[in-house]
Amino acid sequence: MWTILVQIFPYAIAFTIPLLITALGGLFSERSGVVNIGLEGLMVVGSFGGALAIAKLQPVFPNGAVWIGIVVAMLTGIVFSLLHAFASINLNANQVISGTAINMLAGALTVFLARNITGSGNIRIGSGLPRIDIPILSSIPIVGKLFFTQTYASTWLVLVILAISWYVLYKTAFGLRLRACGEHPHAADSAGVNVFWVRYIAVMLSGAFAGLGGVVILITYSGEFTGSVSGLGFLALAALIFGQWKPLGILGATFFFGFASTIANVSQVMPALASIPSVILKVFPYVVTLIALIVFSKSSQAPRAAGEPFEHGKR
Amino acid sequence: MKLQFKKGSAKSAVVAFLAVIFGLLAGALLIAVTGSDPFTGYAYLFKGGLMSTERIGDTLATSTPLILSGLSVAFAFKTGLFNIGASGQMLMGGFCATAVGLTLPLPFIILLPLEILAAIMGGAIWAVVPGFMKARFNVHEVVSTIMMNWISYWIIYYAVPAYFKGQFLETESRAIPDAASMKVNWLTHLFDGSFVNLGLFLAIAAVMIIAFILNRTVMGYELKAVGYNRFAAEYAGINVNRNIVLSMMIAGALAGLGGATMYIGNASNIQIGILPSQGFDGIAVALLGANSPLGSMFAALFFGLLYSGKGFMNAMIQIPPEIADTIIATIIYFAATSVLIERLVNMLRFRKRGQ
Repeated sequence: MWTILVQIFPYAIAFTIPLLITALGGLFSERSGVVNIGLEGLMVVGSFGGALAIAKLQPVFPNGAVWIGIVVAMLTGIVFSLLHAFASINLNANQVISGTAINMLAGALTVFLARNITGSGNIRIGSGLPRIDIPILSSIPIVGKLFFTQTYASTWLVLVILAISWYVLYKTAFGLRLRACGEHPHAADSAGVNVFWVRYIAVMLSGAFAGLGGVVILITYSGEFTGSVSGLGFLALAALIFGQWKPLGILGATFFFGFASTIANVSQVMPALASIPSVILKVFPYVVTLIALIVFSKSSQAPRAAGEPFEHGKR
Repeated sequence: MKLQFKKGSAKSAVVAFLAVIFGLLAGALLIAVTGSDPFTGYAYLFKGGLMSTERIGDTLATSTPLILSGLSVAFAFKTGLFNIGASGQMLMGGFCATAVGLTLPLPFIILLPLEILAAIMGGAIWAVVPGFMKARFNVHEVVSTIMMNWISYWIIYYAVPAYFKGQFLETESRAIPDAASMKVNWLTHLFDGSFVNLGLFLAIAAVMIIAFILNRTVMGYELKAVGYNRFAAEYAGINVNRNIVLSMMIAGALAGLGGATMYIGNASNIQIGILPSQGFDGIAVALLGANSPLGSMFAALFFGLLYSGKGFMNAMIQIPPEIADTIIATIIYFAATSVLIERLVNMLRFRKRGQ
């Protein structure tokens, strides 16, 4: 059992990280009052921007290309998220529909561009990030083996962003304002907070983080842009609710998804699990999410004003 | 009251029309940027969908599942529900229909109604779960329907190879017998060998039935009342929870039927590992059609035309076929931001008045 756990742990974490950072982006957006169902699409554009930059730069810049790709992916995510911000903040559009448009546009537009650039709809990158063992820490018994061997640098980057996000949300004036905009924008407004501006920043953060999530998939385990992130953006959205719109909650929720999916993927080679039909393992995370949604429904911590456009004159 | 309604629908028609124009302009811009001529591109696109009887038939067939998925989303919208799970419901409905078609050796006249019934039931059950969760526990239907999408995806991923494995490929089911298909000879001949099938008539019938339910029955009135303001509806004595479940059930049934038109109509087997994109396109269809049954039908026909012509355009001048999807997505973005279009219209009107 122990060896199996050690073997699958790196995969579980690799799968968790893109979900985690994307859900964290969604958290900023929704806590500020803008529902962002376009996370899936934002991941796709991030993956596209990153793949393009890495594929073009790798021949000249073999070492730094991946990191430049990460920055490009985040910028692409930000630019694309502005479409959603403009629609939902300036024009009071239905945020769910605008997000759906983002998802559709991302999938279609990126493959369209990729076909024009590479001929096929895919962009393959030469190499992604290497797996590294953290010196010293990796020699700690148990914990070292699970958490500090075979890790990606991007994993640590995401965890640092998570820590900073927690600090910003709960310990800074900006975080308080952001949360206020999602709970009661008019109260925030009368206290002198610029609701429009705060929501813009929050949506842009969600774009940057989802873009990062998309490129992390690319540079860790997929290695190729294909025009889709196979529903991970929606899964991140579910994790956001499962985690009750809290940074540590979504850490738990996404890790659960990562672990459950990894177990489903490797069940065939694990004697302990091979007797369980694969279909049960595959649907397990989704069914658990549905049950969790029911369980949490009574005490839902959803931001009160999420999804509601803010209009000055309306009280 | 009636006058007001007419005015509203005329306005949404103008918004939809302008959104289409803007979408096509954005597409033209993209084509031009990538170094092709937009006019030739569009000429091929529309030729590809309309230039022969066969192609017109194909366009109609391509539109059929879109009409039904659009109707599904539009119907749920009327009750204030966002059915993003039409894909899963289509998959489930299509799977149930295929399963019936592959297992029961019955003549066409009995088998087809059974298949349709199975599809409707499959889709309806798949949508009742989120509907019930919404009504009883106030779980947001967007997330629960997405979860249901993936559950159906994986169930079919394993069920098809296990019970209905194809002759050559692991990834698809056996082909259904002719007696189980919605394709009928006279229709195929009428359209010179196109794959248009009885599904089209089912879709048109569904449009009429749904329009009737929404506009002429107490049930439709109650469903819409819940959509406008669920608290007011409750105060007026309407059972809100029952209507939410009912609305999702009917929406699911429509999507399930759409799935049947795809898998036992346009195609003759079911593939695994694919969530039908037609379900998501249903959102676009409903939005462009301003959630009205008839509007959804026209929107679906238009999108069907784009999808049906894109292959021909790609073959003739190498514009990637994804341009069709890009145009549709742009149209949806403009439809979602219809405020912008309305402002534009108002501005033009005021300017005219000023002169």
